[in-house]
Amino acid sequence: MSELQQPFLPVKPGTQPAFLHAPYGSSVLRAPQRPLIVVPQTLSELSGPVFGHGAIGTFDNDLTKQHAGEPLGERIIVSGRVLEENGRPVAGALVEVWQANAAGRYLHKRAQHAAPLGPNFSGAGRFLTDEQGFYRFTSIKPGAYPWGNHYNAWRPAHIHFSLFGAGLLTRLVTQMYFPGDPLLPYDPIYNCIDDEQAKQRMISSFDLENTIPDTALAFSYDVILRGRNATPMETHK
Amino acid sequence: MSYPATASQTVGPYFKIGLQYLDSNALCTEAAPGIHITVSGQVFDGDGVPVPDAQLELWQADDLGRFAGHDPSGRGEASDGFVGFARVPVNEHGAFHFSTVYPGSVMAPDVTRQAPHIVVMLSMRGLLKHLYTRIYFAGDALNADDPILTAVPVDRRGTLLAHEEEEGSEQYRMNIHLQGDDETVFFEY
Repeated sequence: MSELQQPFLPVKPGTQPAFLHAPYGSSVLRAPQRPLIVVPQTLSELSGPVFGHGAIGTFDNDLTKQHAGEPLGERIIVSGRVLEENGRPVAGALVEVWQANAAGRYLHKRAQHAAPLGPNFSGAGRFLTDEQGFYRFTSIKPGAYPWGNHYNAWRPAHIHFSLFGAGLLTRLVTQMYFPGDPLLPYDPIYNCIDDEQAKQRMISSFDLENTIPDTALAFSYDVILRGRNATPMETHK
Repeated sequence: MSYPATASQTVGPYFKIGLQYLDSNALCTEAAPGIHITVSGQVFDGDGVPVPDAQLELWQADDLGRFAGHDPSGRGEASDGFVGFARVPVNEHGAFHFSTVYPGSVMAPDVTRQAPHIVVMLSMRGLLKHLYTRIYFAGDALNADDPILTAVPVDRRGTLLAHEEEEGSEQYRMNIHLQGDDETVFFEY
């Protein structure tokens, strides 16, 4: 049996949310109430779709260049690596991102925050990781926005990330937060995980090395996908 | 470096902004070999109210049990016109609908065969991580020995079965209930 037919590692306790997290009101009527049934991983979950460059358009990795003019906001560069739990890079992973604009407004018919929409920002991007698992995109820093979960609730600034690695069980949707955001301690979505380190790994780092003088700040964010029990090929700092 | 997988977070209410470009209601073209079928259903929350903002991501084998894309078994390529993946949104009534071919049987981890099935990954606001379930087909002779279906208590297996809307119609229906007496079976791997 080849390594790729080995099952994925079990989920480490505390590092993933439960379905029901009462402080997050929307989970109450949507989280399953019965225990999930634990079943063996089969070829149906070890296999998975592969997305090629056909899914990616020219400006899909630069959210500031998708319209006639440039969007208002702090220009940022977000880069990092997609790795498996054993540290091995995930090449060719499809990464899809979406976010609010600098005023904290999403371009969505159900978005109700009374903050302005601009003509030059859609807030969606997508790209593939390279052979070493690296990705990079340009955007503007999203704003915080109010939501109805509880009195005076504000979501901390975040960028949604959706990823497909090799195998259906690597599927991950998460949110990237920004360092030093004072709203994080109050956010029930960020705080749905028990493990403090697991929470902090959802926060990007300010990345001086990748800033572009006079042009853009940079943030670094690595994403770890569920992996198999394999010996690391190389060690990364 | 070795860390556990990054924590999942909800797709939230606005995921269409980033994900809609890949929406589809077909897992194959009309040219794909096999018996062409449709599957329809609705997603309901704990109050029995349709969920208007869910998304299903579907994955299945072709009519001969071969996967497109990444297939570690090395069984070879899936048939022409077969994709086997679709991102299917629900509409404002919580309803979904897609077309595909009746899946072939896929090997189980041991030497047995799995009954024809479609893997479903379900995402929505309120779900902090996606749910895995499966669509099986009522009346398929292989269901009785399927290693996953038989791991489910007998009284709940019905939640995983799509039924023909009319006998022989090849139009199947299966609803998804997040909670309640008919709560769909969800899997953990």
